[in-house]
Amino acid sequence: MLEIKNLHANIEDKKILKGLNLSIGKGEVHSIMGPNGSGKSTLASILAGKEDYEITDGDILFNGESILEMSPEERAQEGIFLAFQYPIEIPGVSNSYFLREALNSIRKSKGEDPLKPVEFIKLAKEKIKHLKMDESLLNRSLNEGFSGGEKKRNEILQMSILNPCMSILDETDSGLDIDALQIVANGVNAHKDANRSFLVITHYQRLLNYIVPDFVHVLVGGVIVKSGDKSLALELESKGYSWLEN
Amino acid sequence: MREELKIDNDQATKEMLENEEYKYGFVTDVDQDVFPVGLNENVIREISKRKEEPEWLLKFRLNAYKKWLKMKEPNWAKLKVEKIDYNSMSYFATPKERPESLDDIDPEILETYDKLGIPLEEQKMLEGVAVDAVFDSVSLVTTFKDKLAELGIIFCSFSEAVKDHESLIKKYLGRVIPASDNYFAALNAAVFTDGSFVYVPKGVRCPMELSTYFRINAENTGQFERTLIIADEGSHVSYLEGCTAPKRSTSQLHAACVELLAHDDATIKYSTIQNWYPGDKNGKGGIYNFVTKRGNCVGKNSRISWTQVETGSAVTWKYPSCILTGDNSVGEFYSVALTNNWQQADTGTKMIHLGKNTKSTIVSKGISAGQGQNTYRGLVQVSENAQDARNYTQCDSILIGDKCGAHTFPYIEIKNPSAQLEHEATTSKVGEDQIFYCQQRGMSEEDALSLIVNGFCKEVFKELPFEFAVEAERLLSVSLEGSVG
Repeated sequence: MLEIKNLHANIEDKKILKGLNLSIGKGEVHSIMGPNGSGKSTLASILAGKEDYEITDGDILFNGESILEMSPEERAQEGIFLAFQYPIEIPGVSNSYFLREALNSIRKSKGEDPLKPVEFIKLAKEKIKHLKMDESLLNRSLNEGFSGGEKKRNEILQMSILNPCMSILDETDSGLDIDALQIVANGVNAHKDANRSFLVITHYQRLLNYIVPDFVHVLVGGVIVKSGDKSLALELESKGYSWLEN
Repeated sequence: MREELKIDNDQATKEMLENEEYKYGFVTDVDQDVFPVGLNENVIREISKRKEEPEWLLKFRLNAYKKWLKMKEPNWAKLKVEKIDYNSMSYFATPKERPESLDDIDPEILETYDKLGIPLEEQKMLEGVAVDAVFDSVSLVTTFKDKLAELGIIFCSFSEAVKDHESLIKKYLGRVIPASDNYFAALNAAVFTDGSFVYVPKGVRCPMELSTYFRINAENTGQFERTLIIADEGSHVSYLEGCTAPKRSTSQLHAACVELLAHDDATIKYSTIQNWYPGDKNGKGGIYNFVTKRGNCVGKNSRISWTQVETGSAVTWKYPSCILTGDNSVGEFYSVALTNNWQQADTGTKMIHLGKNTKSTIVSKGISAGQGQNTYRGLVQVSENAQDARNYTQCDSILIGDKCGAHTFPYIEIKNPSAQLEHEATTSKVGEDQIFYCQQRGMSEEDALSLIVNGFCKEVFKELPFEFAVEAERLLSVSLEGSVG
């Protein structure tokens, strides 16, 4: 589904990614771990199409096609979703209006009719019930005045409504208490199926108790230095990253 | 630099074709009777004669003209305006055939209003909205007049009101905005050609939105309309005006006056969607919008509320104000002003607290894009006798790009120590991270911008009648086109 080949990327002449390779198949859950500044969030932003980065070498293929020339919205319309580490506030725009606009933009790109407000609310309420979240979330201004946990939960609600096939979770677990973590993890697990893949970026092994990865990769200094199964995460938890550096 | 307001038809047509963004920029080809350019006493006498006005009204005009001649254009606003040559424009333009009823209106004009989304044929009318349409200098038709008359509500063109309700006009004209109030108000008083008149009798709640649609069509003319709304004791009226004009390579002047008067326990809600032609991307052409709007809450417990959405015009200079004379009266001002490309706006309000327990609310939202310059200018004045006056002012600006500007000039004059005023102001930039967030969810950059800006304006849009709130959102999106990327 997603294939990253020898990816080199800079920000303002500083080299961040230095030949990253990663292949994610249909229905697979991959986790990327690594110390601060290793390039984890950069990778998430580049996959979503943020313009601040310069790709100097390599390619990113999504369903066999290069996405490097695609705008962020084209990537989203193709089914790439990024749960932001720091979700953005947009005052005056209700969460439900925002989500309906987003969903209808995606539907339009596929030649489908837009959902009417009533149809959308029905869908959103179903999802919200399923995720055991509070309906009032829909009527509030997008992320404005949300607690850290509410923001992260809202990202998962958005994922569940927009229904992407490739979801990237950028440190969605950071700042969550154990209950919130469980709600987020349940949301992800409910969304998981044979056609939907995940890339879970995290600092802590803790999240991986709830979202069980098929593969764990360690990113250090802009390259993947080690890959393994979920036991690698446990090993990292006890040994840290230093044994993998240099 | 001095630009003559001259006729250049071929150029205008060419630019119309090149410049597709402003969809109301077409010209209607009708046989028009246009005065020769220039302004002098004879022109004013001729306007008055054509309109078969009584002697006192001619005197009102001439008196205003004499005062105007001695006045100077105001220069305190933060606006760069090319010198206006008042002798290079015509002060009266009318379709040659005066319609007696809808059937007599030139089909070309009917089509014009249709294109603007304002069908005049009553059966197609927007449910519950009565419309008066002003085409250049003349009011064409007022729909639903009979239905309103059953309740004693007068809604007609200003010219008709002068003929049919002379005593009311004589009593109220110039009472809120005296002829000598300011340069543009004096000019308007001298040469105003038409506009709307509304009178709502005691205790009547007007059952529908009243609406006027202003259209400048003739080239090389100024538009000077005058609107007067009187709400008698305990009455209630909501009024909306909309404005468009063809694209021209030269600037055109629009100097209107709107007077509102609310008696005891009366409410007037006045909403404006102003979408005059803003000029092209290089700042050429566009309407110069110099407008005086003022309401007087003369009665106890009366309320006047202004809501404006200003997206058009090359230059906007207007300060819809409230004089809170009656005890417990309330004044409100909700404003969205957008300046894109080379547009300039200097707009705001004056809240003059005279009565006891008077309250005012100001919510201003300025949006600047391109090279646009957006200024909020507001005065809150509390007089010695205005015991326990309250004001709340919120003044927010948002910037799109790095070549535009937002400016805020709040003035406060307090002469009574019991007054309580609150002022909040913010300036922000539309963040790249906000746009990226929306894009990551599948929206285009332009849709994202429009969503963010509409969210910013929400507090004002919710004050508009529902259908017009939808129109305002759409207009804002169109006006922002091309301001990203």
